[in-house]
Amino acid sequence: MQNANKSPSSRVPEQKTRFWHDPAKRALAFQILLVLVVVGFVGMIVQNTLNNLESRGITTGFDFLSQQAGFGITQTLIEYTESSSYGTTFVVGLLNTILVSVLGIIVATALGFLMGVARLSNNWLVAKVASAFVEVFRNIPLLLQIFFWYFAVLQALPSPRKSIELLDTFYLNVRGFYMPQPVPQEGFGLVWLALVIALIVSYLVIRWNAKRQDETGQRFPAYWTASGLIVGLPLLAFLVSGAPLEWDHPVLKGFNFRGGMTILPELAALWVALSIYTAAFIAEIVRSGIEAVSKGQTEAASALGLSQGKVLRLVVIPQAVRVIIPPLTSQYLNLIKNSSLATAIGYPDLVSVFAGTTLNQTGQAIEVIFMTMLVYLTLSLLVSAFMNWFNSRMALVER
Amino acid sequence: MSNTRQLDDKVMVEMRGVNKWYGQFHVLKDVNLKVRQGERIVICGPSGSGKSTTIRCINRLEEHQKGDIVVADTVLNNDLKNIETIRREVGMVFQHFNLFPHLTVLENCALAPIWVRKTPRAEAEEIAMKYLRRVRIEEQALKYPGQLSGGQQQRVAIARSLCMNPQVMLFDEPTSALDPEMIKEVLDVMIELAEEGMTMLCVTHEMGFAKTVADRVIFMDKGQIIEENEPEAFFNNPQSERTQAFLSQILNH
Repeated sequence: MQNANKSPSSRVPEQKTRFWHDPAKRALAFQILLVLVVVGFVGMIVQNTLNNLESRGITTGFDFLSQQAGFGITQTLIEYTESSSYGTTFVVGLLNTILVSVLGIIVATALGFLMGVARLSNNWLVAKVASAFVEVFRNIPLLLQIFFWYFAVLQALPSPRKSIELLDTFYLNVRGFYMPQPVPQEGFGLVWLALVIALIVSYLVIRWNAKRQDETGQRFPAYWTASGLIVGLPLLAFLVSGAPLEWDHPVLKGFNFRGGMTILPELAALWVALSIYTAAFIAEIVRSGIEAVSKGQTEAASALGLSQGKVLRLVVIPQAVRVIIPPLTSQYLNLIKNSSLATAIGYPDLVSVFAGTTLNQTGQAIEVIFMTMLVYLTLSLLVSAFMNWFNSRMALVER
Repeated sequence: MSNTRQLDDKVMVEMRGVNKWYGQFHVLKDVNLKVRQGERIVICGPSGSGKSTTIRCINRLEEHQKGDIVVADTVLNNDLKNIETIRREVGMVFQHFNLFPHLTVLENCALAPIWVRKTPRAEAEEIAMKYLRRVRIEEQALKYPGQLSGGQQQRVAIARSLCMNPQVMLFDEPTSALDPEMIKEVLDVMIELAEEGMTMLCVTHEMGFAKTVADRVIFMDKGQIIEENEPEAFFNNPQSERTQAFLSQILNH
């Protein structure tokens, strides 16, 4: 039988293919050529850089990180003074970037989902307001929006002496938003303990409710119970332990307030601008996700007697979420990277204090830029990995 | 099967002077229809005649603007409670099946018993398996709808409706989206259902099905019921000209 297979080819006269007519060989030749070019190019750049650094007397390496920074930073989440090292500067900037990114992602997600659903509302006014929101904020450059909130809105606020007061505890002025800082006293640990217990109990209650429904078909409002527990139990612990919390109130001293907590106008402007800009995109993603679930799905579910809320929860949302998550991830990554526009209004993020001031003072351009890029790459990959994990849990097994 | 059975006197679905407009367009004009328990109605007519709209009004997938609809002793009005009561008693099968793609066949069937009838899961799955067996598809229970053929999907959709133990079944062109060789398997299931005494309203162009199963055939055109009669009289001796024209088109191709 094998002979029968071979016989046709043996009848065709042998033809020698020239190697540039053979796609496989030709591809291999191009690959080799490309590798040579890339290696040569990279080698040339490295050589060139090393020569330049040497001729300017700049030493390479990461020793500069332990040198004293010598400049102040307006917002630090960890202990930092002018005598701290450049390494500390890096961490301060990194934490500030993470802070504004996390705050931005939370608000952008909430606002985006709200606007996306609102745009599908049957209420004419609600739908139009949501469309206007999306069309305005998605079509104006982000940098311009940051300038708007910073220069046009927040810089127009009064001076500290003429602060806008709220209940004699909150103060809003051109230097920021001042509020009392809670200072836990002895015994406050009990409240944290109560919170942890409430969270664990809530989780168990929700699990138990699902199991009970499986067995008996009955449900009770487990999510309301859980919310009540999470708020109520720590509150009870707080009152029982004699309210062990004091407030450090901001007080006007000279030209500015001392004490309390502050949200800097730079943080506020960046936070608001990033949140609103990204929310406009998320709203569109949410809208298209919900619209991607066909009307027949809603009809079939309603025809079975499911209430409107259950149609959404059991049929529409599980299908919409799968369409929403991948582009939502991109928006989160955009927000993190866009937070580097902080430099423009002087919010001390990583790019501003590290790839800006530190780079200028030390001249270690390659190391600084390399570290900064690595940070953004790592943050982005972490967010991606998390969202991919979330997506794979939700993914459609359909076919 | 004899088409002249003794029917129950209980009225299952009643439509009195039902009118509906889409903006300026008058879709349903004074539709009057009385369906008794166990009765099997086939509605036919050219596309755009309002036949789908008529049966979609019965479970409020479409809202009528004038007239009364009473289903299983419940008045269909804007009261959500009444609408949900009616929907529990009325099953519906769609042209495009509309199975939930994110749930398995079994989960599709058990969903409503669990969340609407508050049945324990094990029991709901038992019910689901019972009806899946009846439509001869129990071996596919753990697959997802996307893995099934059109005919299989439509049979699952029928089983899904039956799991709610409805008193009336609505069929909205159940075989129109199927390949010819799959039409029979769906029609067979529908015929069995009819033999068991289910009250059925069926929008379809399957005239063979109408002849064997229907107690009454209704012809609609331009939003009105033009003619209704027993199948034999309807097909052999249509009264109105429009019915004659429609039948000659649909039967002689």
